[in-house]
Amino acid sequence: MFQISSQISFADYNLFDLLLNHKVLCSASLDSFPALKSYVDKIAARPKIKALLECENFKKLPINGNGAVSIMSSVEEISNSVAEDLEEDGVEEENTVEEAEMEYEEPVKGGYIFYRDRKEWADLEPVPQDDGPNPVVKIAYSEKFTDVFDMFRALLQNDEKSERAFALTTEAIDLNAANYTVWHYRRVLLQALDKDLREEMKYITAIIEDQPKNYQVWHHRRMVVEWLNDPSEELQFVAEILSQDAKNYHAWQHRQWVMQEYKLWDGELEYVEELLEEDVRNNSAWNQRHFVINHTSGYSDSSILDREVQYTLKQIKKAPHNESAWNYLNGILQDGGLSSFPGLLEQVTELQDTCSSPYLTAFLVDLYEDALETNSSSYDQQEMFNKALELCKFLAEEKDTIRREYWNYVSRSLQNTYGSGDPVSASSDPPPPPSSSQLPDMEPSDP
Amino acid sequence: SCSLSITVHVFSKLIMEEASPPLRCFSESHSSELFSDDGVQTVTSREQVNSNKMIKWMILPYFFRPTLLREQHYHYLKKGLRHLSDAYECLDASRPWLCYWILHSLELLEEPVPAAVASDVCQFLARCQSPTGGFSGGPCQHAHLAPTYAAVNALCILGTEEAYKVINREKLLDFLYSVKQPDGSFVMHVGGEVDVRSAYCAASVASLTNIITPTLFDGTHNWILSCQNWEGGLGGVPGLEAHGGYTFCGTAALVILGKEHMLDLKTLLRWVTSRQMRFEGGFQGRCNKLVDGCYSFWQAGLLPLLHRALFKEGDSTLSVSSWMFERKALQEYILLCCQNPGGGLLDKPGKSRDFYHTCYCLSGLSIAQHFGNKDLHNELILGRDENRLAPTHPVYNICPEKVAQAIEHFHRLPVPVQTESTPSTMDQS
Repeated sequence: MFQISSQISFADYNLFDLLLNHKVLCSASLDSFPALKSYVDKIAARPKIKALLECENFKKLPINGNGAVSIMSSVEEISNSVAEDLEEDGVEEENTVEEAEMEYEEPVKGGYIFYRDRKEWADLEPVPQDDGPNPVVKIAYSEKFTDVFDMFRALLQNDEKSERAFALTTEAIDLNAANYTVWHYRRVLLQALDKDLREEMKYITAIIEDQPKNYQVWHHRRMVVEWLNDPSEELQFVAEILSQDAKNYHAWQHRQWVMQEYKLWDGELEYVEELLEEDVRNNSAWNQRHFVINHTSGYSDSSILDREVQYTLKQIKKAPHNESAWNYLNGILQDGGLSSFPGLLEQVTELQDTCSSPYLTAFLVDLYEDALETNSSSYDQQEMFNKALELCKFLAEEKDTIRREYWNYVSRSLQNTYGSGDPVSASSDPPPPPSSSQLPDMEPSDP
Repeated sequence: SCSLSITVHVFSKLIMEEASPPLRCFSESHSSELFSDDGVQTVTSREQVNSNKMIKWMILPYFFRPTLLREQHYHYLKKGLRHLSDAYECLDASRPWLCYWILHSLELLEEPVPAAVASDVCQFLARCQSPTGGFSGGPCQHAHLAPTYAAVNALCILGTEEAYKVINREKLLDFLYSVKQPDGSFVMHVGGEVDVRSAYCAASVASLTNIITPTLFDGTHNWILSCQNWEGGLGGVPGLEAHGGYTFCGTAALVILGKEHMLDLKTLLRWVTSRQMRFEGGFQGRCNKLVDGCYSFWQAGLLPLLHRALFKEGDSTLSVSSWMFERKALQEYILLCCQNPGGGLLDKPGKSRDFYHTCYCLSGLSIAQHFGNKDLHNELILGRDENRLAPTHPVYNICPEKVAQAIEHFHRLPVPVQTESTPSTMDQS
């Protein structure tokens, strides 16, 4: 969603300021530009910016064309040198940029008051953390961190259910969004205070945009969606997050949960194809493909399976060294059996000239092995056996040497199962009879 | 790129002559393992190509035998066990993890923990224990399966009477029941999320402390099995992409429950062995993603588990000398690319060090160095002999002696009786 990368930057604050100014001059100016409108809304919903926009001093600031710096300096952490530059300017002149910044900046940034010093909190005694007399893994918390969490502990101890407690959870989350105890408490408060869950959705949207790899934020969103029983924004939201990181595991987890819970399967295969168009190597997208089909048509219908096999072969031809496509081909044919699928051996063998890769070779091994396992009459068993061993050796010694141990094992297994007593020596490791001493000690009950 | 190839080629010739034994990454054929993008560039391929370039630069200085920077790691760990900068505020809800990562790293390095420090850790973890059972991320926080796993492991590493006594077994059992779900899974904490990590955390602590009751893991193995997908690996919950961390947790949990044979071991084996990167030597977490030092344990650690599982099934074709992955290549990746010169280990070149990566890179190094068990032991130490780490238990990831000692201690005590029956917690916020 941001202009430059997956993180907010000066460019965004600049544009945001510009668009906000547009709205001041003409409140409906963004109405016919939904993307811009949504962009402004999302940034305005970010907790610190929201607080800033509601702040009286900010509202009084004249429009000076450089509001971005004001916004940025108040809501985001900036380097020490930049902070010093801003603080140094304080000359009383009309409409200088520096003055405009200084004017509103004081009460928000320079004037931060610790909770322990706020009169509205005077009745609550902060509870310091009890790490004991000789702490270990002691974190050098900032004063702000200590102050907020000392107060949080006090609230928790008193089981206080109030607006100020709710506001404090926002602060605590901002300092450490991984504190699941705080999130839990926030949820208790959301219900006890009957808070506006739509507002909470806006909040959690902003937090996730900011920290998309955190467990707690996604779980929180799921809870709010459940309470509202409203999944209507979810697929679009997840798509938004995936547009920044197409493999975000939490995002996919949330997406799958929404789809299953609310039976929202329509359009997902199309979405997956879009993602694969963008990046055919996106393994998460291949997994989603399997997920959708599994839960809708299934793979037992031969026309579906055909379609999938042809689709996958097409992708393989585009990028033969894309392991995901080969794995998918293997995955969907497991049940039916690789060697039973008509014409597959021919199609894959044909690819060898133009699309050779260790994955193609491994696929052939799998196919031959399947032919052996099913004792398929369509194939010459001896030929399958010999070819499988030959390819295992080829992979172990030349084409996939990193997996040498594995291919040698496969070779030995094949010989053991299908060999006629005069095996091709494909490994340098003759297997002795197993004894219990070779068994790694693992089970708790084994002495 | 051409001059780089020439440089690598020249150095590789030198290495072939000088180093003994020669490093895989300097062999003639190593450059053929570079990622081929088939002329079709996507986000995935660009990231992989960049990663390879970065790694190529790392291996150049290594004329001599790769060295584990023991002194530096020791000082990094020793300091961290006491003090952490404010950069660690984000782990304020994971402090037992910090104890475990550091203590385990120290035990792998065979650095002793002074008795006073050990006692201080015990007292701290005691403060992290919840009155309702289980351990939390820090004093006054709610109990959570992850810090519970970490705390129990840390206490078992310490292995003193004081350490064992910290654990309130009765309450711990209550806690496990309080997060157990009807479908066999576990939520990570009351009102929290479900994924396969929770089953592993629960199985690990319950088996070590001997609190497994007949009903505690009802349905759990079936739920874990449903996490195995079309790729052969396991996802965090059924339906998700196969992922190294979750695959390890699910498999190790099944081993503890004695149900590992119910997995499709063949497809799992194929999946995990395919996760070793042909160029880098380290492991990726998922297909078509980048290498990361921590998967040296989560992924490579699966091979000992699978070896044993297959063995138990009567497989007579298993190797008697090696786990089924390229042990040398993994050690090369860790030693050449994952060490911070100032101490600590990391994901990949260019990333910062942290205690999590220090723990799992060292754990993976240990797995790669040691094959077998105390009766049949085969060591493959890359570089100097001093690089040798202590062996680690592939299920619990603490040293095998500590596992045995803890099990022996707790098995002398009776299994507690569940004192509270708590309903399913999914309705709670």
